[in-house]
This record gives sequence, structure tokens and C-alpha cells, in this order.
Amino acid sequence: MKYLHNIGLYFLMLGQVFKKPQKWKIFRESLFKEIDELGLKSIGIVAFISFFVGGVVAIQTALNVDSPWIPKFLIGFATKRSIILEFAPTFMSVILAGKVGSYITSSIGTMRVTEQIDALEVMGVNSLNYLVLPKVVAAVLFYPFIVLLAMVLGIFGGWVSGFLTGLFSSDNYIEGIQLDFQPYLVRYALIKTMVFAFVIATIPSFYGYYVKGGSLEVGKASTQSVVWTSIVIILLNYFLTQMLLG
Amino acid sequence: MIEVKDIHKSFNGQHILKGVSATFHKSDTSMIIGSSGSGKTVFLKCLLGLIAPEKGDICYDGRYYSKMTLKEKRELRKEIGMVFQGGALFDSETIEDNIKFPLKMFTNQSPEEMRDRANFVLKRVHLENVNQKFPAELSGGMQKRVAIARAIVMNPKYLFCDEPNSGLDPQTAIVIDNLIQEITDEYEMITIINSHDMNSVMEIGEKIIFLKQGIKEWEGSYKTIFKTDNQAVTDFVYSSNLYKKVRETYNKD
Repeated sequence: MKYLHNIGLYFLMLGQVFKKPQKWKIFRESLFKEIDELGLKSIGIVAFISFFVGGVVAIQTALNVDSPWIPKFLIGFATKRSIILEFAPTFMSVILAGKVGSYITSSIGTMRVTEQIDALEVMGVNSLNYLVLPKVVAAVLFYPFIVLLAMVLGIFGGWVSGFLTGLFSSDNYIEGIQLDFQPYLVRYALIKTMVFAFVIATIPSFYGYYVKGGSLEVGKASTQSVVWTSIVIILLNYFLTQMLLG
Repeated sequence: MIEVKDIHKSFNGQHILKGVSATFHKSDTSMIIGSSGSGKTVFLKCLLGLIAPEKGDICYDGRYYSKMTLKEKRELRKEIGMVFQGGALFDSETIEDNIKFPLKMFTNQSPEEMRDRANFVLKRVHLENVNQKFPAELSGGMQKRVAIARAIVMNPKYLFCDEPNSGLDPQTAIVIDNLIQEITDEYEMITIINSHDMNSVMEIGEKIIFLKQGIKEWEGSYKTIFKTDNQAVTDFVYSSNLYKKVRETYNKD
């Protein structure tokens, strides 16, 4: 019953979020601030993880297809496909759900328990629109770029790992990543990313906005928001893959 | 004038406000008092429009809250200033930005005009050279003064304060009380304060409403509270020995 109530409340919240901003100038300012907080400040961790996971995927592939019957360029091909189809859009979104989701819940939740949201409402500000809409727009617009970066760095990490370990040659790897390149797969990954970005911005906002109590409850809400955001991403990934590739 | 007409509110089957009516006039500082759980905060939140009463209505200078559209309610809120118990300042913004926030949101003033207005209200609450500081860098009393400055920056008609003196030392509390009363007179506002602080009640309570278990038990002023025979009020107000002695002395005179 509680889950149904929360789902209903989440959609009612979205109704308030997607209203015309009360002042476009303030919305623009908030949007740039959120692009910085949610996007630019995530680039470091995304770059670090993408590079090394790309390297590990290439090494694992090389070690597991160590057969004279399997051409070496398949290592580059498999690495590219793994990174573009799943690692960059899905795995990165789960990581961002942890990093950004906990930030969103704790920042909005703290505003709730310290009556800052009440202060906004008393002033006549639509607090959900003011606080959540810039986050949603920033995430949906910016995360595709982060995921493109993750794709490039992941594939590059794979190439570097081959160079450092000697498991495969640079030529083979480059031949593999050029083989059967389908732009639709990148589009599919970006569509998924935009859906996940929406989830990453809205579910943690929901948990932060409706938190009751004090700092302990804000902490618990942050944990819950990360768990539920990750679950929803994984479930949506399943359905989106079936819908877009099946 | 704010007229509260027979408002009722329940939470989870528990009747918190059981038909409270009251009238608040321009340039008066009214105090809502009562023990914890008496319904003071719910009453104030109903007045602010943060909680909708189940029954009854609130009339703001002839405008009935229940008959207002969402847009009209938002417009009404621009006429309301609120000082929250903890200040509720936006802690990621500087003091100046906190004060300028309602101006940025609801006016088309130029940055210079907004800065001038922010400086004016800061000066009015006796704060200077704090514009670029963050709320966490100020003392509790200073934060309350910033909250008052933010509340009056739009020239509100109605000022609401929730426990404005909580957590302050007696001297600072008196400064805040006097400031609220001065501002109420100066801007001809209707000021309604939720308070536990009996010093404030005696000092600035031109109208006092005592709530007990969701019912308006008593209404009077700081002049009549000393003379009341209402047992619930005397039990609440004179729970400390100091006030018992003050009352005895007052009644002797």
C-alpha cells in the first residue's frame, strides 16, 4: 500500500515539477548551477572509471578468446560493443545514481528539515518546480555527453591496456573497433541515458522532498533513493533493450 | 485584518484544531501561546496556507482563502513575510542573495535597486557588512535578524514568526522582540507570533491567544493576562516561581 502511495505521490510531484518556471532568468541561473553540480563535477569519476573498466574489458576479452580460431580483431569489436551498449549508458548511470542521487536527496532533504522549502512555499514559490526542474533538465541534457565521453575513454582504455600488456596489437584493436560500426547503437545508448538521467534526477528529488524528521532521516532517505534509483535503472534497461533492440 | 473562522484540522484521526476563531488587526503584535501539542504550529501553518483546514475559513482583508485560485494564493503569499524558528535561510547563498531572493523572483528591479533594498533592510535590522557572508558564519541572533530582513524585504502586509526567540540569550531575545514590534508599527503590518517565551509575551503581546488542546481557551493582552482567573492560563503562564512573584506584585499594586 505504501509503495502504491509513493508511486502516486511521485507522479503528482512530476505534475508540479513540469510547470512553466516562475522566472526564466532564475531558471537559467539554476540550470547552469546544476549542470556544474550534477554534470561537470561528475566528469572526473566517470573518466577514471571508464578508462580502467575499458582496459579491464579488453584484457578479459583477450584472455577469454585466446584461441587461434578466433581473430584478434574481435577483442576490439567486443570491447567496443560492451562499452557502447551497456557499460557507458547503464553502468555509468548506476554510478551516477550513487554519486548524484545521494547529493540530490541530501541537499533537498536538508532544505526540507531546516524549513527552507517551507520558506520558499510561504514566499509563493513553486518549490518543486524551482528545485527539481533545473536538475532534471541539466541531467537529461548533459548526461548524454558524459556517456559519450565514457564511451570514448572506455575504448581508449582498452587500446592502452593492449599496448601495456601486449595481449593484442594496436592494429588488431583498431580494426575491431572500426568493424561493423552501427550509429543506431550509439543512438540507442543515448536514448537509454536520457531516460536514466530523468530517473537519476527525479527519484532522489522525491526522496529528499518528502523526507520527514531530522538529519538521520535525510541519511536514510539518501540510501533509499540510491537503492531505488539503481533498481529502476536496471528494470528500465531491461525493457528499453527489448523495445529498442528486440 | 485577518479573520480566522472556526477552523478545524485533524491528522491521522487526531483532532488538532477544534474550531478556532480569531481576529488580527493592522499594526498589532499578536502572540499565540500554549503548551507543546496545543496546536499552535498547525494554527500558524493554516494561516500561512501551508496546511489546508478541513473546516472553517481564513479571510485576509476580505479575501477568503478557500475561494482563492492557486494563482491568487501565490499572489497572497507575496504579501506574507515569515520568520521561521531556525531562520530557514538558504545556506548555499550569501546573506545578500538570501535577502534579494524574493526581489529576484517577484520583481523586475535592477541589480542596483535590489542591492540598495537589501542594504536598506539589513540596516533596518541593525546588520551591516555581512552581505557576502554565509548564514553559517553568523550567530543565531544575527541569523534571526537576517530572517526578519528577508521577511520584510517585499514590504509584506502580514508577518508571521514561529518562535523567533528560541535558542537566543535573553538580551538578544529582547532585541529581536523590540525589532519585530518596531517593524510592525513602522510598516503597519499584522504580526502574529508563535511563542513559548513569556518575556516576549509580556513585552510585546498586544493581543494574546492561548490555545489548549486545539481550542482557544483564552484571549487578552499583556495587560489583562496578569488579572485573568482562567486556571489553564495561570497554570501555563505562572508555572515558574519568578512569574508567580511578578503576578503577586502586580496584583498588589
